[in-house]
Formats: sequence, structure tokens, C-alpha cells
Amino acid sequence: MMNFPVLTTIIMLPLVFSGVLLFVKNEQGIKLVGLIGSLLVFFLSLPLYFLFEPVSSMQFVEHTIWIPAIGANYQLGIDGISLFMILLTTFLTPIVVLSSWNSVSRNIKGYMISMLILETGILGVFAALDLFLFYVFWEVVLIPMYFIIGIWGGERRIYAAIKFIIYTIFGSLLMLVAILFIYFYHGGLTGNYTFDILRLQQIYIPLGYQTWLFLAFGLSFAIKIPMFPFHTWLPDAHVEAPTGGSVILAGVLLKMGTYGFLRFCLPFFPHAVVQFVPLMLTLGVVGIIYGALVAMVQPDMKKLVAYSSVSHLGFVVVGIFALNTEGIQGGLIQMVNHGLSTGALFLIVGMIYERRQTRLIADFGGLAKQLPVFTVFFMIVTLSSIGLPGLNGFVGEYLILLGAFLSQKTFAVFAALGVILAAVYMLLMFQRVMFGKLENKENARLKDLSAREISLLLPIVALIIVIGVYPNFILSKMEPTVNSLIEKVQIQRENMALVEAVAGVSHLDER
Amino acid sequence: MSLSSLNLPVVAPVITLSLTGFVIVGVSLIWSKVSRHVFLLLSLLGLGLSFWFTTSLWNSNTIAFGGMVVADNYALFFNFIFLISAALSMLLSQGEHEQGHLLNAEYFALMLFATVGMVLMAAGSNLLVLFLGLETLSISLYVLAGIKRTEPKSLEAAFKYFLLGAFSSAFLLYGIAFIYGVTGSLSLRYISNFISSAPLASQPLLLLGGLLVVAGLGFKVVMFPFHMWAPDVYEGAATPVTAFMATGSKAAAFAALLRVLHSLFDGASTDWMVILSVLAVLTMFVGNLAAIAQANVKRMLAYSSVAHAGYVLIGLIAWSDAGTAGVLFYLLVYMFMTVGAFAVLSFLSSRQSEFVMLDDFRGLAFRKPAVALAMAVFMFSLAGLPPTAGFVGKFYLFSAAVKAGHTPLVVFAVVNSVISLYYYLGVVVMMFMRKTLRTLSIPPTVPLIACALLVAVLASCALGLFPSYLMDTIEHFAVHLL
Repeated sequence: MMNFPVLTTIIMLPLVFSGVLLFVKNEQGIKLVGLIGSLLVFFLSLPLYFLFEPVSSMQFVEHTIWIPAIGANYQLGIDGISLFMILLTTFLTPIVVLSSWNSVSRNIKGYMISMLILETGILGVFAALDLFLFYVFWEVVLIPMYFIIGIWGGERRIYAAIKFIIYTIFGSLLMLVAILFIYFYHGGLTGNYTFDILRLQQIYIPLGYQTWLFLAFGLSFAIKIPMFPFHTWLPDAHVEAPTGGSVILAGVLLKMGTYGFLRFCLPFFPHAVVQFVPLMLTLGVVGIIYGALVAMVQPDMKKLVAYSSVSHLGFVVVGIFALNTEGIQGGLIQMVNHGLSTGALFLIVGMIYERRQTRLIADFGGLAKQLPVFTVFFMIVTLSSIGLPGLNGFVGEYLILLGAFLSQKTFAVFAALGVILAAVYMLLMFQRVMFGKLENKENARLKDLSAREISLLLPIVALIIVIGVYPNFILSKMEPTVNSLIEKVQIQRENMALVEAVAGVSHLDER
Repeated sequence: MSLSSLNLPVVAPVITLSLTGFVIVGVSLIWSKVSRHVFLLLSLLGLGLSFWFTTSLWNSNTIAFGGMVVADNYALFFNFIFLISAALSMLLSQGEHEQGHLLNAEYFALMLFATVGMVLMAAGSNLLVLFLGLETLSISLYVLAGIKRTEPKSLEAAFKYFLLGAFSSAFLLYGIAFIYGVTGSLSLRYISNFISSAPLASQPLLLLGGLLVVAGLGFKVVMFPFHMWAPDVYEGAATPVTAFMATGSKAAAFAALLRVLHSLFDGASTDWMVILSVLAVLTMFVGNLAAIAQANVKRMLAYSSVAHAGYVLIGLIAWSDAGTAGVLFYLLVYMFMTVGAFAVLSFLSSRQSEFVMLDDFRGLAFRKPAVALAMAVFMFSLAGLPPTAGFVGKFYLFSAAVKAGHTPLVVFAVVNSVISLYYYLGVVVMMFMRKTLRTLSIPPTVPLIACALLVAVLASCALGLFPSYLMDTIEHFAVHLL
């Protein structure tokens, strides 16, 4: 079993299915193949959770020589950080595929193919242990997403698609320069030119370089997350993207940014990280509050959810840069939570939109009586997004605030404001849409959720509750990784201090 | 000098090409009603034979004509680029639009003669051979540029190309004269030895000569500030000719440039690096910024060709084995993706109207999905997005530059890549995301062009996913340039 290349299988399977789709003619068949493919990937990825041992090392490692001329290898493996990102991806993709069942009318084949290629790209990003391979997957993700927004999106889709791709590519190309720099620095130092992430982490990069490298990597990730003030592409992309695109964008694509911080910035540039903690925390907190305030005044539900993403991901950033176990664990679990609850929110907005062709809050009111099942789901997801105890959002936000409080009290106080503001904008939206009198006659004709729609939301809501009640099933698997990450940062920092102290002493000697 | 000391097998690729050219001219003189397919077949046969001779010379590292021509792997690798580029461009000429005005015999013969010039430029280890090669190439291309005799635009292109080309030849010759004056030799090997004994700094005339050679070849690689001719000529010339010009002649000029610079500058001289770096940055910016504003895809590709010359220069500036390897790899990759893009234009142009405007591409994905997909691959590859060959090529070039400590230069290049993304994606947007407005009629599929397209697409993908073999091959010989 251990020799079975399970990661390659789940990464490449969507690609295989997208190839199969090329030859499927009728529409129903296309949908079915897409669904079966993504479900198969999900079920194949499930054993990863059970077989994953709660230790810090990389597991399910695969290694194949790819481009020896530059030392790039096809190297995969997962630890406690990537495990849940992969599971989140494989979990959300079938839901997204199923959600597009009726909402995508034109060229469903192209849509499904794009979706499956996108899944391959995302899974590759989270599983790659080779920097070159990582970068290839990182960019491969952009192309299908660009098509999904640009072809199947709303009115201003072309503008949104181009803005999305130009913003993200700008960041990632600077990261490419930084990757090259680390590659040669490591190669020059050790004589071993490699893109192996685990090996690259083992050298000390002088502080002066670290600062620049952190900025290059950090900018790329900050745009992806997106952190304030690099978030302007997000509302456009979200609003214009089709429902499925929004779900996958918010659910997993944005996590590639926070994942990048954890996988690269922390272990590679520990010294620079410490240096940038105040800045990152400030941007995180500003993002939390700014996102929440802007969300509050949005007339469009989808835009509201998009801005709430900016706010929620601000929390994740604060958690990561608290640099302690609580904060990082909270950040990680919040990444999962945000994928679930925001994914669900986009689905819900999409369901309303499919029925009424509008997303304006003002067009609704009093839906609760008309759509009881829908109301229940919407309610739970809203509460999860706010962070009600007993649901998943609470676990994440609590841990993040705890972590932040332990390291930087002031920031924790301001970040906590975000929780209150979230309650304001989410509950206000919920109240305006669901309660009150059913004044608009068009709303009286709306039908409640179909079985298909329930089957989309049910698994998400179940997970929301399970994580809220028993978060340990995630925390226990990720804890060793998080601890070793923090340890690594500490050791690197101490070593660094030592190296610099020695350098300082020898400097004094020269005088 | 006896015939055996000429070592004729070394120039077998050149001889084959020339003979084929003459045969075609002869055949067309004797039988006036020969089908164009005969010429195509003859030409491809000649190219194939030449290809075979090139392969058989691989790793032989021999010299001919008393060291005036070398057959090192460097030159032979470039031969492959020229031959493939010529073959693909010839396939493009079978399109409906081209057949409306092309003189087949003349076209094929001139293409072959131009290829002869390119091969000589890459193989010449003597400045005179280099110049002869350049002239053979140029004169053939002047005529080829004007081969759409009935179209004023084509004539304008030919005339412009000729005037500016004549200037560039003069520059080159003048530079060669200076170098000869200082060193007393035209042999690159001798010049190189001379310079390693007497440092360059003490020889301002040599520096001037070098600069003039760079200027002369700069015309052909379409480097700023010698790029002015490119948009008009690319637009005016027949598409297959443009494809050949953009890829083959650029590669040939880079082949010569690298060889000359390597013999003129033994070590990395900082003055040179500064001059070339500034030129590279300007080349990239001018090309990319101008390309954004183009409504004609051929003009856009012309400016993109300028920009790509800038990227390749970065590999040259890295001044290392890795940099040279990067240049070689990139020129091959660039050949495939650019010929591919032009092939799409040829594929879609009907007898009445040329399919060249950006607006023509509206909604192409709904009319010709496969062709649109192919064009998207070329655009993504030109923009340098993984997993295409364009990405690996750029990665290779940029990594050599970072290794050599030119990180700021790479940052400029990267910013340029982002700019270029805008106009390459513009084509994709038109094809996939806009609705068709007016419909240009699309001619029936020409299988030969479809073949060329398929080759280009496969190469653009395969070299991106599995570049290893090619990289290893290149790195083995890029070490010994002279």
C-alpha cells in the first residue's frame, strides 16, 4: 500500500477524466462523467486522512526525476498542513461540479474540463515538494480559472478575468525570481543545485537577502489571499465568476496564498518573518476591519460574501503571524472553515440567483416562510461564518484570537472587533433576505430546495457541525506539523543569531 | 588547396540546399506547368537530406575550408532550427490565400537559398563567411518580402526591408573592417587569441568594430533601436515568409552574434554588459508596450518578436554556458510557437481576405475550436505560462541571468512578461470570450497547414513538459563554443 503512488493518482485522475470528457457527446453524459470523476478523486483521497500518521514528517512521499539538467524533480508529499487543504479541495470539487448542473447553460463540456484541470492544478500546488513543480502547478491553476471567469461569468467577466490573471501573475513572476535566487544561493553554498523544498530550508540565508525574498514571496501570496491592499481583484472576480467558480475560488484558491506563507515564508525566511510580523499583523487586522466595513454596505449579496472573505482571511493571516501553536492551528482550521462556510454561502447566493436572476438584498425579504429548508441551511452557514460556538467558525477564530493575544495583545483586541462586525453584516443580510414581510410578489413563487441542492449543502453543513463539536479530529493530525514548523522557525532564528554574532565577533577582531 | 582539404562533407547540408534550389529553378524553367506540389516535395526532400547530413555530422566537430566553416554541435543545432523553420514555413505556403499570389518555384528556391545563408551564418568561424551568409540570407529575403507582387503593402515591405537591410549590412561590413584593421585577421579563432593577449580596453577601435557588428546583426535579431522595419515588413510580407523571417533569420543572427561576441570578449567585460543590458531592457519595453496597441495580429507578433529578442539578449548577457544553453533552447522553442501562431493565420486566411485583424478572431472558439485551442497554446507559450515550452525557455534564460548576478535585469524581464500577458491574452479573450460580429469566411482545411499546426502545438507542449532530453543535449555542447 505504501508504494502505491496515491498522490499522483488523485492529482492526475481529474486530468484523465477531463481527457475522457473530450470524447463524450451528450450533455447528461458530460455532467455524469464530471461528477463521477470528481467523486472518485474524493473517495480516493479519503484514505489519506486515515493513513496519515500524526507526526511532523512528510508522508506519502513520491520522487521521480523530471528535469535533471536543472535539478527539478517530480516530488510529492503531504504533511499536516497540506493534508487538509487537499481534502478540502477534493471535497469541494464534486459539490462544485454538481452545483453547475443547471446553472451552466453554454458549453458545459468546456466548463467541466476546466474545472477538472483546475482541480489537478490545485492538488498539485498543495502536494508539491519541489519548488519548480510547485511553481508550475501554481500557474497552471490560473489558466482554467481565467477561462471559467471569462467564459461563463457575468456581464463584466472579461474585465474581471484579465484583472484576476494579471494581478496574480505579477505576484507570481516576482516569486519566480526569488525562487531562482534561493535555488542558486543554495546551490552555490552546498554545491547541490536542487529545488527540493525540504533541503532548501536547511540553509541560512543572510538577513539582507531574506528581507527581499520574503517580500517577493509575500507579495505573491498576499495578492492571492488577498490581503489588504491587494484585494481589489477579488470582488470583481467573485461577482463575475459563475457560482462554481466562486466556490472554488473562495474555497481553495485563496488558501493557496495562506498555504504559501506557511510552507515557504515561515521556514525559509524566519528572520525576515519576525521582522515583518508588525506589518503583516497590521495588514491582517486592517483587512479584517476594512473587509467587514465594506461588506456591511454592499447591496449585492455576492459582493458582500466576497468582502467577508477579505475579512476572514485577515484572521488567517493574523493567526499565522502570531507565530505560536494556537495561532497557526487556528489559522489552518480557519482556512478549512472559510472554505466550507464561504463556499456554502456562494452556493446559497447562487441558488437564490438561479431562482430570481438577482442578487440584490433589497429585492428579497420574507423568504423564510416560502423556503423553510433553505432557511435552515442558510441560518447554519451564516452562524458558522459569524463564529457561533458549537460551529466550526468559532474554533478557528477563538484559536486565532488566543494565539494573537499571547503574542501581540493590541492586535488581538482590534482583530476581535472583526468578530462583532461579522455578526453585524451577516445577520443584517440574513434578516433582510429571510425575515420580514414577503412584499415582492415574485418571491412568492420561489420553490424550495430540490434534492440535488440539498445534497450540495448537506455534506458541508454536516462538516460545519462536526468541526464545531469535535475539532480535534483535525487538530490532532496537524498539531505535530505545526509544532515542528514553529520549532523550525525558532531554531533557524537562533542559528541565525548565532551566525550573526560570530560574524560580529570576527568583525570586531579585524578592528 | 586540394579538394580533399576542403573537407566537403562538412558543408554537405549547404550544398544539398543550394542544389535543390537550383534544381527547382531549372525545373520551373524547362517545364512551365509543373504542379506546386512537385516543388514542395522537392524542397522538403532537400531540407530532409540536409537534415540528415546535419544529423550525421553531429559530434564530429570538424572544420572545412581551412577553418572558415566549422561543424560544431552549436552550428548543427542551429541548422535544425533553420531547417525545421523552413519546412514549416513552406507548409504554410499551401494555404488558399497564399496560393492566390505566390510564385511557387521562386518562393521555394528563395526559401532554400535563404536557409543556405542562415546555415553559413551559424557555421562561419570567419567574419567573411559570416558576411556572405548574411548577404545570401538578406537578398533572398528582400525578394521574398515582396513576393506578393500585386499588393502595394508587400512591395512597401520589400523596399523598406531592402533599404534598412542594406544599411545594416554596411554597418556589419564596417565593423568587420575595423576588427580586421586592429587584429589583422578575419578568423574568429585568430581574433580570439589576439584579444586574450591584448586586452580589449586598450583597443578602442576594436570596441567600435564590435559595436558596429552588434548593430549590423541587431537589425536581423530585431533589437531596439534597430527594430523599426519589423512591424511594416512583417505585416506586408506573405505570412509564410514572415514566419520564416521571424524565426529563422532571428535565430541565424543570434547564432552569429553569440559566436562573434564570444571571440571578441574573452571574459565578461562590464562595459559591454552595461550597453547590452540597457539595450535588452529597452528592447523588451519597446516591443511589449507597442504590441499592446496593435489591432493587426501580424504587427502584434512583430512587436512581440522585438520583445522576445530582448529576452534572448538576457541569456546572452548572462555570459555563461547556462546562458548560451538558454539562448539555444529559447530560439528553438520560440521558433515553434511563433511559426505556430503564423500557421493559424495561414490556416484561416481565405482567397479573398487575409485573416489578420484582432477582430477577426472574435468567437473563433465557437467556429473552429481546435484551431482556437492551438492559438491559445501558442499565446500562453509566448507569454511564458507553464506548462508550455515558453515557460521552460524563459525559466532557462532567466535562471542563467540570476546565476550570473543579473537579478535586477530579470526583474525587468519579469515585469515585461506581465505586460506581454495583456496582449497575448487579448487574442484568447477574442477567441473564447467574445461573440462573432462579422464572419470572415474560413476556407476549407488544408491538411498540410494542419500538419504544421499539429507539429508546432505538440512541440510547444512537449518541450514544456519534458524538456530534459533537449536541455541535456544542449548543455553538453554549449560549453565549448569556439
